[in-house]
Amino acid sequence: MSSLPNYTTTGQRIWHYTFLTICALIFVFLITPILIIVPLSFNVEPYFSFTEGMLSFDKDAYSLRWYEDILNNGMADSSQPKSWALFWDWLWKALSPFHTATPGFFTDMWENAQWVRAMKNSFFIGFFATIIAVALGTLAAIGLSRSEMPYRGPIMSILISPLIVPLVVTAAGMFYFYSQDLNPRSWLLGMESENPWILAQTYLGVILAHAALGTPFVIITVTATLVGFDKSLVRAGASLGAGPAKTFWKIQMPLILPGVISGGLFAFITSFDEVVAVLFLAGPEHRTIPRQMYSGIREQISPTILAVATILVIISILLLVVLELIRRRGERLRGITAT
Amino acid sequence: MTDVTHFRDEKTGLLLASDGTPLKTKLRQSLKTSRRRAFLLVAPLLLFIMASFVIPILGLLWQGVSNATYEESMPRSAPIMRAWDGSSAPTEEMAAAIVADMIDARKAKTIGKVATRVNREESGTRSLFTKTARRAAKMEAPFLPALEKVNKKWTELETWQAIKIAATSMTPAFYAAAVDMKYTAEGEFVPQSEERQIYVSLFVKTIVVAGGVMLCCLLLGYPVAYLMAHLPAKTSNLLMILVLLPFWTSLLVRTTAWIAMLQAQGVLNDLFVFIGITNDDARFSLIYNMTGTVIAMTHILLPFMILPLYSVMRAIPPSHVRAAKSLGATNWTAFWRVYFPATVPGIGAGGLLVFILAIGYYITPALVGGQDGQLISNFIAYHMQRSLNWSLAAALGGILLAIVLFLYWLYDRIVGIDNMKLG
Repeated sequence: MSSLPNYTTTGQRIWHYTFLTICALIFVFLITPILIIVPLSFNVEPYFSFTEGMLSFDKDAYSLRWYEDILNNGMADSSQPKSWALFWDWLWKALSPFHTATPGFFTDMWENAQWVRAMKNSFFIGFFATIIAVALGTLAAIGLSRSEMPYRGPIMSILISPLIVPLVVTAAGMFYFYSQDLNPRSWLLGMESENPWILAQTYLGVILAHAALGTPFVIITVTATLVGFDKSLVRAGASLGAGPAKTFWKIQMPLILPGVISGGLFAFITSFDEVVAVLFLAGPEHRTIPRQMYSGIREQISPTILAVATILVIISILLLVVLELIRRRGERLRGITAT
Repeated sequence: MTDVTHFRDEKTGLLLASDGTPLKTKLRQSLKTSRRRAFLLVAPLLLFIMASFVIPILGLLWQGVSNATYEESMPRSAPIMRAWDGSSAPTEEMAAAIVADMIDARKAKTIGKVATRVNREESGTRSLFTKTARRAAKMEAPFLPALEKVNKKWTELETWQAIKIAATSMTPAFYAAAVDMKYTAEGEFVPQSEERQIYVSLFVKTIVVAGGVMLCCLLLGYPVAYLMAHLPAKTSNLLMILVLLPFWTSLLVRTTAWIAMLQAQGVLNDLFVFIGITNDDARFSLIYNMTGTVIAMTHILLPFMILPLYSVMRAIPPSHVRAAKSLGATNWTAFWRVYFPATVPGIGAGGLLVFILAIGYYITPALVGGQDGQLISNFIAYHMQRSLNWSLAAALGGILLAIVLFLYWLYDRIVGIDNMKLG
């Protein structure tokens, strides 16, 4: 493909280079929108487009003001003194159990800045949703890949369905269901309960929704690693006297760990990126980063969103690298090397 | 030799286990235990998905046929109205029950909900209900003339028919409304008036857009997948990063990026003006319409097409095309008759996946679709959040779900869920 043999005709050569050009253009289409936001996020003007100063590489046309805005937007008083020394002091006091954080710029930012709060929410919700999805999904994948599993097909299609059902339908159903009182006293015994369990507008509701949306990824990736898993290893462990728990943690888990980790990453990114369920289920204080971006695009479009987007692109590049390393490790362990 | 007879039943000759039970029974028991163990591993997740995902969706579907608002707040008149044939003159009994119910409903402050419900069947009845309920406490028998005195709308048969429809506990009316039909008091389905027919065309539009996006993805994805499948692994892994980076980038980021690219003062239009394709006053409107929706959705879903195509193409032995050429096929024939048919499974897998994801798309059309780029999901969200007509939203969602589940079944038949791969 890369070098053409001598016998190719002119027509074939033309077609070959046309084809390469078409492919290059498609790659440009894929990647340009993601790269274009990086320089735009350093714009000094509040526009989404390149100014003349930016095109002539004028230093004054670029600034970090939108990155500053990520930290400041929503703060009670962003003009308070700030410096690295103050930051380390604040961090030390905030983390130490013996001190309470002193009021100042960083406490204000940590508690009030909109994007900082969105980031905290995203990581909080994503963390717990991933834990639930990975724990339940891994167990289920192990059960599903046993040959004795009864009703394997139908159960598999139910467990994968959160991936397929349109998000709006899922979110609408959950919104309707989670708005009702789920306290067993009310729906089982028909009693009016004093403390109704309503999951809508709580962290728990969003976490459960995201966990449900993330489990199919865990099942798919873990099942894929289990295909190459040699079951006689477990039997060997058992014959040497290890119990089921020990064979699981000492033999099976280390071998399927790459699948579990990449499933977990998929589940985390699903939660981190999900906005429809958050739109329906979360209250204003549970806004996540994508939810904040959504209202940012709808209401007051400013390059702050581009700055956030740039940070998210960097995060996804890091994730991609981690996944690639996991994949390479897996290939090395199985003795497959890139040709 | 005595040991052998010990493990064999003397009468039947069956093999026995060490505790004396036949080996067959023992095997069946052990298989049963391992089946139960496998199921117990899956059970926690199955329960979780049932409780947090399946039941909510079933609840939503139920919401699409349930019609309890009127019955709950107006318990006396509901059975009487249901028993009425819908065409004969309203009776005194009906009027009396309605007046009695209205007094209670006004006290319980539920009359507004009832009025809204009846108003969905016959517009203009909301104010009729609230107004009548205000005077209901002072009314005296006979109630039929008393009602007619409040408002002459009570003399019209249509008002009573609307109440009859609202009074049933289950109704196909919302599903009928979701396909632009009207469910009448006589139990017939008639087409909606022309200016209110929007949903069928919306479903068609959604399917056409999803199909168009699928086609765009196929046209753009096929050459790229072909190129990557025929390059050495090192180069193709590098190119794969260009495909996977968008795949891993947040949906909101990519939508934002397309706003920056496509808007009137955006990068692409600036470029067009600079090159001279258009001038400054006639910039293309590429966003906040259907064009923007299709471009952004194609970009977002393209990796879902490329990845399955790539994995299918990688598995096709290059000797097949070479064999075809050595037998005298031209480049085109070798591709079209030998190579292309072998990639059809990949096209099916990628195409169905893209179509399934595109048909339920919500965020991108909501942000870049403007007025005419809205799809069915946006209307479901609109009825859930703005117009608060949850039953219609549920019916529209039910139809969308049915379409998607059919495609999912098809996907399972053609590709198999087990073969779904990521990254």
